[in-house]
Amino acid sequence: MSSAEGSAPAPAAARTLSAGSRPLRRKLGDVAVLTWRNLLHIRREPLQLSDVTVQPVLFTLLFVYVFGSGVALPGGGSYKDFAIAGLLAMNLTTSSMGTAVGLSTDLGSGVIDRLRTLAMWPAAVLVGRSLADLLTAAICAGFVAATGLVIGWRPEASAPSVIAGFAIFLLFSYALSWGCACLGMLSKGPESAQGIGLVILFPLAIVSNALVPTEHMPLVLRTVADWNPVSAVTAASRQLLGNPNPSASIHAWPMQHPVVAALLWSVALIAIFAPTATALYRRRTTD
Amino acid sequence: MPAELMIEVHGLRKRFGATVALDGIDLGVPAGTILGVLGPNGAGKTTAVRILTTLSLPDGGSARVAGYDVVNEAAEVQRQIGVAAQDATLDEILTGRENLLMLGRLGGLRRAQARVRAVELLEQFDLADAADRIVSGYSGGMRRRLDLAASLLTRPRVLFLDEPTTGLDPVSRVRMWDVIRGLVADGVTLLLTTQYLDEADELADRIVVIDHGRVIASGTAAALKAQVGGARLELTLSEADPSAATAIAELVAGPVQVSHDGRRMRAPARSLAGLASIVVRTLDDAGIEVDDVQVHQPSLDDVFFTLTGHSTGEDGNARATEHEEVGSR
Repeated sequence: MSSAEGSAPAPAAARTLSAGSRPLRRKLGDVAVLTWRNLLHIRREPLQLSDVTVQPVLFTLLFVYVFGSGVALPGGGSYKDFAIAGLLAMNLTTSSMGTAVGLSTDLGSGVIDRLRTLAMWPAAVLVGRSLADLLTAAICAGFVAATGLVIGWRPEASAPSVIAGFAIFLLFSYALSWGCACLGMLSKGPESAQGIGLVILFPLAIVSNALVPTEHMPLVLRTVADWNPVSAVTAASRQLLGNPNPSASIHAWPMQHPVVAALLWSVALIAIFAPTATALYRRRTTD
Repeated sequence: MPAELMIEVHGLRKRFGATVALDGIDLGVPAGTILGVLGPNGAGKTTAVRILTTLSLPDGGSARVAGYDVVNEAAEVQRQIGVAAQDATLDEILTGRENLLMLGRLGGLRRAQARVRAVELLEQFDLADAADRIVSGYSGGMRRRLDLAASLLTRPRVLFLDEPTTGLDPVSRVRMWDVIRGLVADGVTLLLTTQYLDEADELADRIVVIDHGRVIASGTAAALKAQVGGARLELTLSEADPSAATAIAELVAGPVQVSHDGRRMRAPARSLAGLASIVVRTLDDAGIEVDDVQVHQPSLDDVFFTLTGHSTGEDGNARATEHEEVGSR
């Protein structure tokens, strides 16, 4: 049998380097094209679109009028003003699952194979996905805010501070979507990605200060909630929006320094999950 | 001096766990020609294409496409090739035009170039009317045409088509053949895999037959047919009659195969002028009534049968077991 006379196949790392030599401008172009493609998808998939349009409106109305009637805030303030940042947390956390579902769907179709035969930047698949999901998160936040404004929520801070109050959520949502990208690549298919995503993200959103103040929670839950990144981001946003923030009186470090904690959490999540997602993508697409 | 080889493969190997998909394949495709890679499902065709198109890494051997190594110079290979995979690799939720714009841009075209090229290809592949419809509403034939159009966006020098007509109705198939012929007229080098022998016969300059991850034969369609020998006699009797095989034994050049129902027979034919008439007359004399007599020139199906002892597709397998040898001269 004529065995390998030519060069032995180089390890996969060599290939990644050669494909990665695309100039930065071209890489950004690849990212832009795939972001556009993913946005078209979201626009055309009624379910995905309702996650960032109908759901935020519905959640906002339900929580404000159902929970709001029964929750008394420590330190006073209206539940409505308290709830909007919490609803941003709730909606943005659960909608980051879209990243897992979308990537998992792509991996199961032949589209990724076709992309891999092109001399494009491989990581653009992930970056394009995360940016499209960031834009949909912004739409989602917009719907929550608009609903809030309609029912009487008002931020009590300067314009830059209000903008920062939303931006800090979008940064966190972007960080979470890298975590969800990892999930999407580890799961067998979109359904299981959605199932596992729900099991992780729903408790993450609920066991926090997002919808109710943590001080009456049982000790274990309260400790988890006070250190939950979602609580840090929500408290940071409340502080920046000038809305009631009962967590300010809690002694846990993240509740005392919510903005710093929220930024640290977001940066840490990106630092961990972006390289992990890239490595997982490479592994999933190498055979 | 031999023509430049656009695809050059030496001893290519690939295994998946315990399954050997490619067991040392050698291929060479001169510029501007079509190589047909022929084999049944699971023969290793798709694995070979995946390695050549940088989707899969080989375990051994080497492969160069347009002069570049598929492992170490993958990005350069990617700039030279177009690929239409077996499963359509289109984005179902985008329109035909959007698919082409996306893939053109990612393939390195500028926005304006991609737009112009998309329009050209949509026209060329008769998809202009469907250009702004979402692909999930396309028919099988339209998808294949769009897939092929997508593989041509960057005007590749080497094109890989993995079973381009599998699953198409006969009309779409013939139409696809015309399209493929047109491509080679433009000077593209093409590697085409197929399970259809007539397709390889119709399109390819040279054919490589693969089975169980090895090349078991290669050459032009005519050369392969010559390996099988001469023509084949096929006849159908009105009623089963065991004496028929004996009656025609003198007229054939090998064993007579008889179907289970005893009515159909086939055998290698001797080259006799007026063979069909002679067969009918002989059987008539023996009091055996004949419904149908045909003298076939050998097809690639016969080539495959001769080379491997089993046939290509599911029909072929059915036929292989349906016939049992009843006797030779």
